[in-house]
Amino acid sequence: MRVRRISTALAGVAALALAVTACGPTAGEGGGGGGEGGGDTITIGTKYDQPGLGLLEGQEPVGFDVDVAEYVAAELGYEEDQIEWTEAASANRETYLQQGTVDMIFATYSITDERKEVVSFGGPYYVAQQDILVAADDDSINTPEDLAGKTLCSASGSRSAFTITETMEIDAQLREAGNYSECMQLLTNGTVDAVTTDNVILAGFSSQQEGEFRLLNEPFQEERYGVGLPKDSDMCEDVNAAITKMWEDGTAAELLEEHFGPTGLDYATEQPELDGCA
Amino acid sequence: MEAFLGNIDSVIGGFSWTVRLTVISAVFSFVLGVILTSMRVSPVPFMRVIATGYVEVVRNTPLTLVLLFCGLGLNSSLGLTFSETVAWNVYWLAVLGLSAYTACFVSEALRSGVNTVPFGQVEAARSLGLTFTQNLRLIVLPQALRSTIGPLGSVLIALTKNTTVASVAGLGVQEASREMKLMFDQGVVPVIPTFVGFAIGFLILTLPMGYLFGWMSRRLAVAR
Repeated sequence: MRVRRISTALAGVAALALAVTACGPTAGEGGGGGGEGGGDTITIGTKYDQPGLGLLEGQEPVGFDVDVAEYVAAELGYEEDQIEWTEAASANRETYLQQGTVDMIFATYSITDERKEVVSFGGPYYVAQQDILVAADDDSINTPEDLAGKTLCSASGSRSAFTITETMEIDAQLREAGNYSECMQLLTNGTVDAVTTDNVILAGFSSQQEGEFRLLNEPFQEERYGVGLPKDSDMCEDVNAAITKMWEDGTAAELLEEHFGPTGLDYATEQPELDGCA
Repeated sequence: MEAFLGNIDSVIGGFSWTVRLTVISAVFSFVLGVILTSMRVSPVPFMRVIATGYVEVVRNTPLTLVLLFCGLGLNSSLGLTFSETVAWNVYWLAVLGLSAYTACFVSEALRSGVNTVPFGQVEAARSLGLTFTQNLRLIVLPQALRSTIGPLGSVLIALTKNTTVASVAGLGVQEASREMKLMFDQGVVPVIPTFVGFAIGFLILTLPMGYLFGWMSRRLAVAR
């Protein structure tokens, strides 16, 4: 019996090891230094579920974040076919950078002091504002303060709703959904009165169902989208140079118009001030 | 580990919702499970068909879909609400989904228990003039329950772990796994220790359950 018991235990350990190693995508080819792409590939993390910014269509993601990432990668010397895309969900971003799963992250990644302790940021390449989306026929909400007593939806893991309830101390009830698509569903049915997050994300979602929703265009909290890089990465300066060039040659304005022009969003037209590489 | 202990309040808060979901859903699913089992062994064909159909459909639907249906279907599209406060409203919707789902497994366990009761006893009870309901209440179900305590313990443990789905499936109930995700998303906590901490939290809930039910099933086993 002893032999059998040992082999059972071994099988269990083996299964566990398999399960652990099967987690997470395998790391791409580690990032080459900036500007010397030639033959290497670069792995970039982005969102796959945010229309207008990073949405998976077929095999490749499309959107504003994706286009910015491609521009920056080109400046670093990587052609489009040398980019490997990886989905970077909000909860995975720091881990992916720390473990080298990805070389860069363009995924509506707000620069915060807490995050700066574990990862580095290039940029910001765009400063979004937090805003509120309501049903098109709802005229009772025009400012964030009107949310008192209303029900507000935000996606699980997002800080946006806490800005309203805790920072601004507006007495709104929170309904959490798994993601913003579910929030839109709840808003369409009237289960919640408003959805809050960054205005570019809201604009992307509302453009999928034109005429259904109204963006307040009452921005109240800056979200500075940075390029996530591994801690103390040597690519930071090159990334910043690429972002500056993108704004100066008019590409940034073109991309913003292309993705957000039809949505009624008052997007920014000036390059945000760079953070500098610490 | 400091990050985990520094957030101990939200951890405890999350687990308190997990416990609330588990306890109330366990009560409802047990009651519904007994009713379903009674229907499945009843002499009325119509009852049998209804109960069997329900169990087969819900048991083979993923829990995520059941809870999504409660959140986006019943609540959002059809306007079913239990409470004015959002937190309690989604809680009761989750209880509804979890109970409806778990009842099927309770019913399956009980039905196997019913099959352990010797048929001679049922016939003897009927020849004494007991009605079907009396037969079930006095002879069959007590013995069936005593012989299925072990399997019911497994169902309860499964239910405890299944409450983690209630935070994602269109409901957003504030249970333990949601607190864990929030900790990952907001502060930058070390991933592995946090995972381990929450896993231990679930073990603290489920291990005693397993031992308790094991002890009870030995204590109350039907001696034949």
